[in-house]
Amino acid sequence: MSPDNYREKTKNNNDKNLTSHISHLKSFFKTSQIKNKMKTYFLPALKLTVILLVLLSGLYPLVIAGIGKFTPGHGDGVTVEYKGHVVGYANIGQKFTKDQYFWSRPSAANYQADAGAGSNKGPTNPDYLNKDVKGRIDTFLKHNPDVKRGDIPAELVTASGSGLDPDLSPAGAEVQVARIAKVRNIPAAQVEKIIADNTEGPVLGLFGPSKVNVLKMNVALDELKK
Amino acid sequence: MNTELIGVIFMYLAMVGLAIPLGKYIAKVFKGEKTRLDFMAPLERLIYKLSGIDPNREMNWKQHLKAMLTISVIWLFYAFFCLIFQGHLPLNPDHNPGQTPDLAFNTALSFLTNTNMQDYSGESGVTYYTQVFVLMFFQFVSAATGIAAMMVVVKAMKDKVTDKLGNFWDFLVKSVTRVLLPLSFVVAIILAFNGTPTSYKGKDTVIGLQGDTVHVSRGPAAAMIAIKQMGTNGGGWFGTNSAHPLENPNYLTDMVENISIILIPIALVFALGFYLNKRKLALVIFGVMTVGFLLMAIPSIRAEMNGNPAIAQFGISQPGGSMEAKEVRFGSAASAYWGITTTVTSNGSVNAMHDSMMPISGMGQMFDMMINAFYGGVGVGYLNFYVFIIIAVFISGLMVGRTPEFLGRKIEAREMKIASLIALLHPFLILVGTSLASWILVNFPNANWSVKPSAWLNNPTYHGFSEMLYQFASASANNGSGYAGLTANNIFWNVSTGVVIFLARFLPIIGPVAIAGILANKKFIPESAGTLKTDTTTFGVMVFAVIVIIAALSFFPALTLGPIAEHFSLK
Repeated sequence: MSPDNYREKTKNNNDKNLTSHISHLKSFFKTSQIKNKMKTYFLPALKLTVILLVLLSGLYPLVIAGIGKFTPGHGDGVTVEYKGHVVGYANIGQKFTKDQYFWSRPSAANYQADAGAGSNKGPTNPDYLNKDVKGRIDTFLKHNPDVKRGDIPAELVTASGSGLDPDLSPAGAEVQVARIAKVRNIPAAQVEKIIADNTEGPVLGLFGPSKVNVLKMNVALDELKK
Repeated sequence: MNTELIGVIFMYLAMVGLAIPLGKYIAKVFKGEKTRLDFMAPLERLIYKLSGIDPNREMNWKQHLKAMLTISVIWLFYAFFCLIFQGHLPLNPDHNPGQTPDLAFNTALSFLTNTNMQDYSGESGVTYYTQVFVLMFFQFVSAATGIAAMMVVVKAMKDKVTDKLGNFWDFLVKSVTRVLLPLSFVVAIILAFNGTPTSYKGKDTVIGLQGDTVHVSRGPAAAMIAIKQMGTNGGGWFGTNSAHPLENPNYLTDMVENISIILIPIALVFALGFYLNKRKLALVIFGVMTVGFLLMAIPSIRAEMNGNPAIAQFGISQPGGSMEAKEVRFGSAASAYWGITTTVTSNGSVNAMHDSMMPISGMGQMFDMMINAFYGGVGVGYLNFYVFIIIAVFISGLMVGRTPEFLGRKIEAREMKIASLIALLHPFLILVGTSLASWILVNFPNANWSVKPSAWLNNPTYHGFSEMLYQFASASANNGSGYAGLTANNIFWNVSTGVVIFLARFLPIIGPVAIAGILANKKFIPESAGTLKTDTTTFGVMVFAVIVIIAALSFFPALTLGPIAEHFSLK
């Protein structure tokens, strides 16, 4: 029954019932308003939500996953192998602390790749400066006695944002050459060559810094032994 | 010239170069003109048919707001329950548990409002179901809501008296099908081919070269990362966001992701110019925003590239600048640039941890969020700017003794009241929130809560204060980035920032939409010699001054206690 019909009917009724009819009328308009609002806003909103969920959360990532099958790593992440075994992910940094390997950067997450984290230490935090950074410099100098303090690049004594940084700058690798050559008893030139082979320059030679992947260099070092 | 700097400059120029044609395209979409993506039309018709929506039914500003609030409430409840019960829902290969109610409250509100403050870590705090079917879903629809709200305001700025301001559902759906989805699709594919995972497989376990066992979190991340950047959302798949090497594998993806942060907010400013045929006005707005942006970006890039003086004291070299919390593949310039782009827009994704950046950068990032209108969030950035325009029109009107008018409409007491309230809401939320937190920390450091207030902060003194100030600035700006050292996953922070996020999203949408709706109903006064011109440099300077004065007066005392004091403590 439309509001207009209702109004017609109430007109034809007796005066003595008028007050009760008015109150009926009021309540009718109220419920009908709510019903109208349900119809104009709530139901379309609900249905639209379901349809957009199917489109955006169902189809879209499935299509991307389908296309991902044709990418390096087939959408599961790109891995690195050594002697037929997967020894890690190319993009995920690994903990390297042994002297025969290129060291990775310090990590606030200890290179746990399911719980990456940065140190979140502020630049003026005295604990951070006098314990963390100073400690790392001392450790590095102890293991690399030939290196001058001024040649240590900052990335080797600071933790990365992700805790999983897979790279070093070429300078960060160079400064470790003497130690690795000595421990492995190989000529320094061989280690230098590994750095050169793995150095990736700026994008198109123009944009961004140069870097070397630590895991790839260390696999190359182990492959030298054969 | 340094390749790191060239990279940053290139990113900015490429972004502007892309934003102009995109703005033209968006204007066409909302005018209903022909575009290359018209093949989406059948899909849209199907969506309208199935949802029982008539896209041609015009709404007035109140009906728009009713539609927006109704659908937001549905989304909020849906998200809250999914997050709590995610442990029992499908697509949970890593067997992650449900969220606590206070965390679910914060997460649901945070994603609903385009904020994406993440008090959990993506690897362990959510499941593939909630990542894809709740969080990523919100990344699309919250951005679309922003664009829809902006379109209402833009429509109301036209030259005719009307209360017919288009259809909310139509704006929402078209923002998704014509803008957000196609752009995200392209970015997701670029990411996939550069090593970001796309499959639904759970954690992998490998034994590394040194013999350590490593568990590697994965998942269909590429799809989400694309829209998190495009929709100024910022909530990453992984906990460390775009610093994570799977989320942002190399410098190329960094450029693509960084351009995506800021592309649509700028394109929308151009879209406004094309849509209303007021290109000069759009240029003035873009100019003001750009000056503000550069004033933050340049000092931050300089500070990060120069390195940390406190570390220089140890005698080591900092050829790459300050490297704490930064990734080698991006370098310090691109990390500083990202830090500013992500805070001028309300994106909030990071490619380096802001907590460890230099105080100058921290101040820039916080001030960006405090102003929240230099580029700003998708759609809503312009709404904030609109409030400042109204105030600037009013003040300049008073200064020259003319009736304040904007685009042919008189600005009167009612509109000014709304604009002033909205402009003051933001400082109110940030400063009251930070004061409350500081007060609790000082007076009840050992309160017997799940996390004692004394354990909230990760850094002492000025920087510790900055962590709290940043958190509330980020919440109120709907930004979502954080000084991640703050222990934020506990009742106080989840609830307080959740409430701030909610108020700071919906009131600043309701306010400008109301003003625009009221103005559109007023008599149109054609331009005459006595009209205050709003598409001039003079007016641009005026708006800039209004923004800076409001923000500076409100926030400088707080900034002095945090980053400014820390900067001067550096030797």
